[in-house]
This record gives sequence, structure tokens and C-alpha cells, in this order.
Amino acid sequence: MPLKLLNNVIFQSIFLMSLLIVVGIFIPNWLVFVITKAIAYGLVGLGIITLMRGGLVSFGQGFVFGIGGYTAGLLGTQAGLTDAMLLLFISFLFTGFIGLIIAPLLARYRDIFFAMLSLAFSMVLYGILIKIDAIGGSDGFVLPESTYFGISPSPEYADYILYVVSILMTGVVSILLRYYYNSTPGLIALAVRENELRVEYLGSSAFNVTVLNFTIAAGLGGMGGALNGIALGHIDPEFTYWTTSGEFVFISILAGYLSVPAVFLAALFLELVRSFSGRYFPDTWQLILGVFLILSIIFIPSGIGSFFKQFFDKFKNK
Amino acid sequence: MKFFRHCLILVSSMLVSLIGFIGVTSADDHKGFKIGVVTFLSGPAAEPFGVPAWNGGKLLIKLLNEGKVPAPYNKKGFGGMEITAIPIDEAGGATKQVQEFRNLVQRDKVDAVLGYVSSGDCMAIPSVADELQALTVLYDCGTPRVFEDASYKYVFRTAAHAAMDNIAIAKYLIEKGHDISSIAGINQNYAWGKDSWKDFSVSIKKLSPNSEIKNELFPKIFSGQYGTEISALMNSKAKVVHSSLWGGDLQSFILQAKPRGLFKRTQVVFSAGDHVMPGLGKQYPEGVILGARGQYGMMAPDTPLNNWFYKAYMDEYGVFPAQPPYRMVQGLMGLKMAIEKAMDKNGGKKPNKDEIAEAFTGLEFEAPGGLVQMKLGNGHQAIQPHAIGKTAKDKDGNIIVTDIVRYKASCVNPPNGINAVDWINAGFPGADC
Repeated sequence: MPLKLLNNVIFQSIFLMSLLIVVGIFIPNWLVFVITKAIAYGLVGLGIITLMRGGLVSFGQGFVFGIGGYTAGLLGTQAGLTDAMLLLFISFLFTGFIGLIIAPLLARYRDIFFAMLSLAFSMVLYGILIKIDAIGGSDGFVLPESTYFGISPSPEYADYILYVVSILMTGVVSILLRYYYNSTPGLIALAVRENELRVEYLGSSAFNVTVLNFTIAAGLGGMGGALNGIALGHIDPEFTYWTTSGEFVFISILAGYLSVPAVFLAALFLELVRSFSGRYFPDTWQLILGVFLILSIIFIPSGIGSFFKQFFDKFKNK
Repeated sequence: MKFFRHCLILVSSMLVSLIGFIGVTSADDHKGFKIGVVTFLSGPAAEPFGVPAWNGGKLLIKLLNEGKVPAPYNKKGFGGMEITAIPIDEAGGATKQVQEFRNLVQRDKVDAVLGYVSSGDCMAIPSVADELQALTVLYDCGTPRVFEDASYKYVFRTAAHAAMDNIAIAKYLIEKGHDISSIAGINQNYAWGKDSWKDFSVSIKKLSPNSEIKNELFPKIFSGQYGTEISALMNSKAKVVHSSLWGGDLQSFILQAKPRGLFKRTQVVFSAGDHVMPGLGKQYPEGVILGARGQYGMMAPDTPLNNWFYKAYMDEYGVFPAQPPYRMVQGLMGLKMAIEKAMDKNGGKKPNKDEIAEAFTGLEFEAPGGLVQMKLGNGHQAIQPHAIGKTAKDKDGNIIVTDIVRYKASCVNPPNGINAVDWINAGFPGADC
């Protein structure tokens, strides 16, 4: 049965990925770019959801987002490494490693203490980054144009190729994650969320699961940061600022923790609302964005994922 | 199968949003000239800077479309093409601006982007602009590094960079015989603040080698609270305090420093100090030496073009125009001249970006603040004449600017090919004053 499920997920993901890749040819460049950006944000949101399954919310995912972005950026500018796929992968590993180092400290805390401590980490990093003039200080720096297997695409296709790469890499990550969610530690996380004490009595370690989840979340955040930096071509300390972290939390709340694709959909919605409110209401775009956030929390309190689930359950019953 | 359904929903909602937005974006096959205008419309920089700048821009675009601007700008719109402007908020940091820029170019298909007050944004945008081959006019930001560290094909800055502001103030202090035996500075901790302080302190050192640097303070941009910094400046007893604070930060600093007597105790110089004058009115301190980053506002030259603009802005908004509207108008006029020059060359068709970029390179045009010459950065970076003055109260208690000294563009700007700091360090070789 698990193997069958896995096969199914892989088949479904490949179908979805190829569909998106084909659709990408026909949609305008700006939308390709917005989706790429939504994927970057969605990856970080996916990390938060991994934590949420264990009952934790991080207010400081900007920390890993920033580390991922700066890793990709510095490798590009200082070491001359411009291969986008390699950069994404290295950022994923490196940020995951950093996550593994600080996870034991964070994993001892719960609820608001966990959230605040993670926020503190991100703001400390922000404070450091704006002070280092060698990497642009508060201005950040520009990334070199990315290459793919040594080939640098012409500007017309660069956005599309990055879009394809991000879909492929995200697809692989999403499959692995779905597999992880259904594995023993993945399911223990859900139990930790319900009753941590009981999990400990049953002989599993809530601490270990939290460390694992945080490490995965860090890796995903780092990959998202790298992708965002590569897509924009510019990185600044704003990546680690608390408002950026707040956006990730919002994406995760909007998506709910029930579904992987819902995260990317939530990120895309947020990105589109923000971009169009900025375009058509330049004086009041924050207001529009705020109203959107309030409405979505009122009407979809447990996330897009649950919303779809209810809808389809009803549909099935009829 | 839950996953599969979710996938389907994901794709279908994307398609729906896509169809909706394609309708929005591909509606107009425009005959006019469409520009994106990026300036601060929210946050601390909006009220003193971004909004007046856009007010000036809006007014000029309206009058240009009606053909009511005096010669040489009397052709309707840009070379007869009606101007449409899309305003975008500059608040939110460089990363957000890169994205907004892409949206303007790729989604709204603007013919040119005019914008950017913050130096951070000006450092981030040009490389994207060249990558997307989008004509971009930086209308205000100050950091000299934009065209000193790199070169771009489609990016132009129609205003002088910050070096001029600080060199001119240093010269003014010496010419007017102020005591510059010790100096201190309070500048924001980013490109503009750091470059401004470097240019000023090095200029002072060059012109008066014995002067001593007391404090170098770098508060964060938009921090708004300067209690500690003001105490430090008061204690240092420096003879001159230099600041390149701007926008809401400058307003806060003035309002917090004035009751503590900083302006009475020491000679304060503001390298960009005039744009908060309309907002602060009589609260603006007297005896402050200030520049307006050009001959703007109360330091504007007495030319027919300036008198026309000053009056038109005054009539429309009831306050005098300070630096921001002058700067945006200067950008629009430069763009207009470049477009019309390109049209003269190609026989009156709507010019493409390459033709405009070619015409823009090395362009010279008359703006309300004086002659603007695209001389630096291989014809992409403007120089312009400058003026420094000192605030005083007139008999009704209104703040005015007196003791104005004007500087030729070539006196306070480095020649092409030399970085501002190197030029200052070398002792201003080739300066034509």
C-alpha cells in the first residue's frame, strides 16, 4: 500500500510538473516570473508547514531564507559559481546544515517561545548583514546571471528556464516531503502536535522529531531564498527582516498544513494580490493587501487545503 | 486521490487567473508613450519626498499632454505622443522594487521607467534594466557608484550624483569663512549616507587638512529616533555637523534637535535640506547651511523656464516646489528631449529603445534648475549647476534662503572617467569654477 501511494504521488507530480512546464510556454513572461517567485515563497512556506505538523510556527524563517539567498549570491559573486541548479542544491544543503546546528537550541522551546527565539535569530542575522559593507550592507548586491550546465541562456528564455528548473526541483522536493510526511517520524510529528507527553511515554522523542523537522524546514527555506535571489537577480538584508518572515507565516496559514500544493497556491495568490494591488492602487496597496489577509483568515480559517478537502468531501457524498 | 484533485485545482485556478489577467494586460496596443513612475507613495519618505515629486510629475505630464509648456518643451506629450503614466510605490526595499520593475516592463509593457529616490534601489535596478533591455531614467537617487562601478546601455540618470552636494558645501564653508576645525556627521547607514559622509569629510580634509573628525554616526535609514545621536553630537562640540538625512528622517531629526539647541550651538549643514521646508514651514531652523541637490526651490535660478514652473506648481498645489518636483520634472524633460531628438533622426516615427538610448547619451537640455548635461558615465550620468545657501527668517517669520552661492557644474562635479572620491582625493584636478 505505501509503495502504491508513493507511485501514485510520483505519477501525479510528474503529470502536474509537465503540465506546468507546458503551460509556462504559453503564459506571458511576467506570470512565469511571478510563479517562480511564488514557488520560492512556497518552498519556505512548506518548511513552516513541516514545523506546523509538529505544532510549531517559526516567525523567523527569514533567517534561513536569507542564508539561502546569501549563500547562492556569494557563491555567484565570490566563487564564480553560477549554475542555478547547483546553487539551489548547495543552498539547500548548507542552510539545512545551519538549521541542524541551531535546531537543538530551538527544539527545547514550544509555542510563542519557539516563535520568538526563531524571530530573534533572523533579526540578529539582519543586524549583521546590514553592517557588512563588503557584501553591500543594507543595499545588498546584484547576482551574476545564472547558467545551466555551463550554458547561459539568452534573456528572452532565462525566466522560462529558471521556471522549469524551479518546478523540477520543487517537484522532487515535494515528492520526498510527501513521502516523509507519511513516514514514521513524519507521523510522530502529528502526534507531538496532539500530545507531546504521550509521545515521549510511548518511547519516541519529540525533541528528535522537532530537530529533524526544523532541519528540513531550514533546508527548504534556504532553497527558497536561493531561488528568490536568483530569480530577482538581487539580494539584500530585507530577506531576513521580520516582515518577510511574516509573509511566510501568512502563506502557511493561508495554505493550512493538509496539502503540499496548497502552499504554492497560497504563495501565488499572495504574490498576485500584492502585485496587482501595487499596480492599480499605488497609494493604498498595503490596505488592499491587509483586507485580503483579514478576509482570507475569516473565511478560510484552516487554510486553502482544508477548504478544498471540505468541498470535495461534500462533492463525494452527493 | 486528494493530491491529484488538489493538483487539478492548482492548475485550473492558475489558468483562470491567467485568463483574467491576460485580458487586463493585452488590452491596449498603445500609440502613445507609456511610462512607469516609481516614487515613494507610502512610508516616511512619501510625504516630504515621493508625493511632491509625483505631484510635479503629474502636473508636467498633464501640461505636456495639453501642449501648455513653454519652448523648447512646447510639443504635445513626447514628440506628439500622448504620455500615460503608471505610478508605483517605491516603499518596500530593493528586492520588491526589482519585482515591480519587472512587472512594469513585462506586464504593463511600458516604454520607459522613470523613478527611484533611494540609492539602494538605484544600485539594484540598473542590472535588471539592462537584462530586460528596458529604458530606465533614474530621476533622483544620489550614490555616485551607479555609473562609477558599472556601465549600462539603457539606464540614464538625469540628475547629478551626491558628490556635488558635499563638495559644494565644503567649498561654501571655506569661502564664507566658517570655523571647520572639527566636523561631525550623522548620516543613514546605507549607500547614500555613507557616500555623502565620505565625500564631505574627504573634501573638508582636502581643503583644510587640519580639521579634525569628531563623530561619525550612522543611524539606520527610516529609524526616526535620534535622541542618542543628538546627545553625542552635542557632547562632541564639533564646529560643523554634516547630515545627508532626507525625507521623514530629516524632519524627525530637525524636530528632535531643535528644542535641544543643536542648531544654535553648532553650524549644521544639510546636503539635501530643502525638500522638508514646505512641510516644516516656520519650524525649520534658521542659520542652517543647506543644498537642494541642485538649483531648486528657493535657490532656483531666475530663468523664464524656472519662473514658469515655479508659478505653475505654486498655483496647482499652494506650496512652493522644492527639490523633489524639480527632480522629477528634470527627468521627464530629459526623456522628452531624448525622444524628440531620436524622432528628428528617424523621421518622426515612434522611436525604439535603442534609438532613444542613443539620443539620450550625452544629451544636454535646459531644465528649471539650469542646464543639465549628460557628461559622466560615458554620457549616462548628468551634471548640473549647484547652489548652496543659508536659512534665515524674513520680517514675517518665514524661513527664507539667503547668502546663496552658485557653482558651475564643472566646478563641483568630477570630469568623465574619474570616480568622485578619487577626484576629491586628488584635490579636484581640472575643476572649472
